[in-house]
Amino acid sequence: MSSEKEPLFSSKNLKLITGPLGSQNPITVQVLGICSALAVTAKLEPSIVMSLSVIFVLVFSNLIISLLRNTIPSRIRIIVQLTVVAFLVILVDQLLKAFAYEVSKQLSVFVGLIITNCIIMGRLEAFALGNKPWPAVLDGIGNGAGYGLILVIVGFVRELFGTGNLTFPGIGEVQIVPDIVYEWGYVDNGLMILPPMALITVGIIIWVQRSRNKDLVDIS
Amino acid sequence: MENLLNIFVKSIFIENMIFAYFLGMCSYLAVSKTVKTSFGLGVAVVFVLGITVPANYLLENYVLKEGALAWLGEGFEDINLSFLSFIMFIAVIASMVQLVEMIVEKFAPTLYTSLGIFLPLIAVNCAILGGSLFMQERDYANIGEASVFGLGSGIGWLLAIVGIAAIREKIKYSDVPAPLRGLGITFIITGLMGIAFMSFMGIQL
Repeated sequence: MSSEKEPLFSSKNLKLITGPLGSQNPITVQVLGICSALAVTAKLEPSIVMSLSVIFVLVFSNLIISLLRNTIPSRIRIIVQLTVVAFLVILVDQLLKAFAYEVSKQLSVFVGLIITNCIIMGRLEAFALGNKPWPAVLDGIGNGAGYGLILVIVGFVRELFGTGNLTFPGIGEVQIVPDIVYEWGYVDNGLMILPPMALITVGIIIWVQRSRNKDLVDIS
Repeated sequence: MENLLNIFVKSIFIENMIFAYFLGMCSYLAVSKTVKTSFGLGVAVVFVLGITVPANYLLENYVLKEGALAWLGEGFEDINLSFLSFIMFIAVIASMVQLVEMIVEKFAPTLYTSLGIFLPLIAVNCAILGGSLFMQERDYANIGEASVFGLGSGIGWLLAIVGIAAIREKIKYSDVPAPLRGLGITFIITGLMGIAFMSFMGIQL
């Protein structure tokens, strides 16, 4: 432990937040947490709720594991991590059932699947076990936000082109494509809200990101 | 019997774990570089899903569900422990995986050496927990249906990962645009495979 105090938002700490939004994005670069990212993005609202839940679980599990990191025997660390994460996810699940029942029905099993979301275990293993609580919290916020960013983009694209509407939490469905465009002969692409298009949308996001940032290109 | 067959076919083709629910994508993307290893992982998933789904079915129906504890006697009828289901399921899965690993090591050493590395990884595969959670949500009528569902979704997963691995082995020789190479093209191919699998939709036996 260093004796001199680091400022709370030093450039090193800020990088923990900005990195995962771009060149270290958990979904498109680290390939973590794909399962839930694709399944809940047929509409914008569940994507936003899912991102907030993951940010919550990630920040607090990072914090708790980072506080406990010197007391956990490394042989049983996976079980300890699973217990902490499962406890937080049960909390989120009960809260969603109480205050946002409709959304929790749409998310169905995917709230429970946050437990085995690789993004959580991956960050706990890679970061929280070896760092102090404050950077671990920032890392949680950054990675959660990077995950949320992709979810919101995919949800936005799929709902907009699939139904012509956008659903915001608290506001409800808002029609974005004006009626006059439909009169000109525009038709919603129903394929967009079916599962396979989520994969193709993410594939295209990866394509765009890698063609702008040549360092990320797969050489193999 | 017809019902069981229906659940089996449905869980393999129509409600395929990968193409319809994207479960187990992480290992699907990471281990699908060669057919041989992906087949090993697929078999391990079939194995573990076939065991954990019925085990969790028993747990759900005799311990966790509202009124499930009635067999303990008076006063236990209205206990509802379903909020504990996540943590119980994951505990059952983790211990089952451990148990399966030990049994396979003892009685089938050849199978163990081919599955060895993948078995412990499976405890945190979303497809396994997903199978149990879908079983809970869909409320299957008896343990037969639950086991058939578990096996079927495992086989569906195996089919998907072997398929993508075979395509990835071939695509190594194709001229894919550089930024799309690796992850990007895998996503897009999986999407196309998903569209192909959608043609099974609506099959009723």
